Amino acid sequence: MQQLIPFLLAPWLLTAAHANPYETTLQNGLRIIVKEDRRAPTAVQMVWYRIGSMDEVDGASGVAHVLEHMMFKGTPSVGPGEFNKRVAAAGGRDNAFTSRDYTAYFQQVPKEKLEDMIQLEADRMRHLNVDAKEFAQEIKVVMEERRMRTDDNPQAKLFEQMNAVAFQAHPYRRPIIGWMNDLETMTAADAKAWYDTWYVPNNAYVVITGDVDHKEIFALAEKHYGPLEGHALPRSKPQIEPAQHGTRRISVKAPAELPVLIMGYKAPILRDADRDSEPYALEMLSAILDGHDAARFNKKLVREDQVALSVGIDYDPTARGPGMLYLHGSPSEGKTVADLEAALRDEIARVQKEGVSEPELKRAKAQLLASQVYKLDSMFGQAMEIGQTESAGIPYQKIDRMLEKLQKVTAAEVQAVAKKYFTDDTLTVGVLDPQPLDGKPRRPGVATRH
Amino acid sequence: MKNLLTAAFALLVTQTALAGVKIEHWVSPSGTRVYFVESRVLPMLDVQVDFAAGSMFDPEGKPGVAALTRSGLDLGAGKRDETEIAEQLADIGANLGGGADTDRASIVLRTLSARDKREPALDILRNVLHTPRFENDIFEREKARTIAGLKEAMTRPESIGGKAFWAAMYPGHPYGRQATPESIASLTRDDLASFHARYYNAANASITLVGDISRKDAEKIAEGIAAGLPKGEAATLPAAPDAPAGKTVKLPHPATQAHVYIGLPAVERGNPDYFPLLVGNYTLGGGGFVSRLMKEVRDKRGFAYSVYSYFAPMRQSGPFQIGLQTKRSQAGEAIKVARDVLDGFLKDGPSDEELLAAKANLTGSFPLRLDSNKKLLDNAAAIGFFGLPLDYLDQYQAKIEAVTVDQIKAAFSRYVRPADLITVTVAAD
Repeated sequence: MQQLIPFLLAPWLLTAAHANPYETTLQNGLRIIVKEDRRAPTAVQMVWYRIGSMDEVDGASGVAHVLEHMMFKGTPSVGPGEFNKRVAAAGGRDNAFTSRDYTAYFQQVPKEKLEDMIQLEADRMRHLNVDAKEFAQEIKVVMEERRMRTDDNPQAKLFEQMNAVAFQAHPYRRPIIGWMNDLETMTAADAKAWYDTWYVPNNAYVVITGDVDHKEIFALAEKHYGPLEGHALPRSKPQIEPAQHGTRRISVKAPAELPVLIMGYKAPILRDADRDSEPYALEMLSAILDGHDAARFNKKLVREDQVALSVGIDYDPTARGPGMLYLHGSPSEGKTVADLEAALRDEIARVQKEGVSEPELKRAKAQLLASQVYKLDSMFGQAMEIGQTESAGIPYQKIDRMLEKLQKVTAAEVQAVAKKYFTDDTLTVGVLDPQPLDGKPRRPGVATRH
Repeated sequence: MKNLLTAAFALLVTQTALAGVKIEHWVSPSGTRVYFVESRVLPMLDVQVDFAAGSMFDPEGKPGVAALTRSGLDLGAGKRDETEIAEQLADIGANLGGGADTDRASIVLRTLSARDKREPALDILRNVLHTPRFENDIFEREKARTIAGLKEAMTRPESIGGKAFWAAMYPGHPYGRQATPESIASLTRDDLASFHARYYNAANASITLVGDISRKDAEKIAEGIAAGLPKGEAATLPAAPDAPAGKTVKLPHPATQAHVYIGLPAVERGNPDYFPLLVGNYTLGGGGFVSRLMKEVRDKRGFAYSVYSYFAPMRQSGPFQIGLQTKRSQAGEAIKVARDVLDGFLKDGPSDEELLAAKANLTGSFPLRLDSNKKLLDNAAAIGFFGLPLDYLDQYQAKIEAVTVDQIKAAFSRYVRPADLITVTVAAD
């Protein structure tokens, strides 16, 4: 490890840390973050709004995402559908995404066309038309999207139901795409109100990566975004999830062949990149259990014991809301989800009792370091990293600090978080109970009660 | 137009100067074609080895062999067992990826380029290519996982539709053959070993390297890979697929959305008609949010979240395909709209304005196709594997600029014959 670190923190990485990215804040509160990367004559612009599905209220779930769709429907100076046309004419690609924590828009273009993109995004930041007729068409598209992504996707359905049970008070319990009934009753006025409240320069930041000069970008930003006016944002009340006292279990029936098991544990989230330590330890633990083909889960559960067909961990230590660490998998032929759950619990107990070895820790850190280099291959990926870190309330300047902290995690810290957070009191278990397509019974193996 | 053309070329020159998109090509002493792009910006190296060993070469009656052979390579090779391979790769931060499709089996190594990282990574790559073990226990385990995956796929409307669509497009051709749980169950590890012995050879391979190494190092690395392979023979292609007559296949499913596929076998890689088809299809359904299909099916009627069309050139005639998903009760209407859009396009082709917009996007977006080592690798490897001209990328924009409305109409009428279209729907009312 010691050899790897000095090599990787070579001059080009240090330069990146100290001078690049560059940042400025306009008078209206809009932050502009520019990362120069002159590998190819292209650029990415991303506009991030600090507003996502967690900011919605009951009865209006999905409005953040619906508004994202409406953002392509025109302004007084750019007609419906015209936004996409202009990006396409510039040889660009564009799209947008809504998460629980944020809504973001991006264009990838040849660098000469970046100013056009800045102009377009600035225009729709304050001047969107939310036309009732356009809305009526687009809400149907969103319902089709929901059918495709969730209603006809057994695993997504399971995940949606599980979150609705794991979180009872916190808005994370609502699906990003919205409940179907909320979509059916949503109006253009709901979308417009959302836009008017939240789409202001002081609730946004712009990330630009590519073959650009930051001073020129700052000037272009001033020219196009500068004239936009902000306004005060409504104060949102904290909605803290009450403590969980005991395991929650759900099962979801859907047409499928394989049962699926998800075990979700409440887990800490990074709030202070310098002071916090547990989220780093949990991230290392995830890497040790599931970071590569020979990591513990795959080696023991898939290869040696063959209790699982596939198995994995999801843990994202950065978010605006509360965290969860998910274990998920499907049992092999002849095994049940109960067998898989027991096997996963054994692996967890092993970490709690015996901890992890130095070679395992070293391996996880080596992978992480190498992936820092590989990440630089994608300009889009670099802009995403900055945007997502910021969206969780962590300054992008802390990205390098976070990597350092990860490299310093000890085996004792990993064992400590395993003991502390893998507890039945904060566990939610979701099981996909596969249903036949044709009336014939499928393989047995799902125990819906434990 | 003239100005646009000059601008496009200027851009290309800048691009080449900046990112160094120069594909060097040679044949290694062992007879393998090698493609190399030197890129010194990041301290990393990508190596892709492609074999004409995709599922089209599955032996008669044994669909699934190509895929299992490819996935079995790194599950134990030489003196290393599967755990050692995975652990050693992780220790040096290297990744081994790739897979098998219809035409190609690929193995892709991404490693840091420092000698002490790249040498052990390349050693593992050579090991898995030259001496895979195909151990029986592991083979049986992977077989069971593959069977479970196939059974799962057969519950999903998109998989059911996709398989039925390919079977209908390619009757009697390997492109239309599908592995089934039964066909996988009947395979043995010896099927893998003999497939490996036949197709994983120097004459049947192409090697692509992109990254932070010199030409001299690239030559050494490529020959190190090629020399350990048997000399062998290049794969022989099956007879070209027939043009099947049009038909409609309807399959039941309880999903809330119908999945629709419309299409037929069309062009192969390297066919010069591909350019008019590509440019024309941008207007029809390839141009994302600005295509006619998107406008009519999604924007005007709210029928679908996703609707598209594309030509997928393959080693032999790859498909032209239109696809969409829509609420099951309105599948008939959505299909009608899509067919009307297609018929209108076949009749008149793109308008002059649409043609200009298609060219502006396809030529303008060219730099975006090459702005990472990963994309350079994909492009160079495809040029190598499919035997496209070495200046394919240099010619790309000019070929697009040269396309006319008449060429588009002629090419579409040759390849997209309405009477021959195959329509597959799953879960339509």
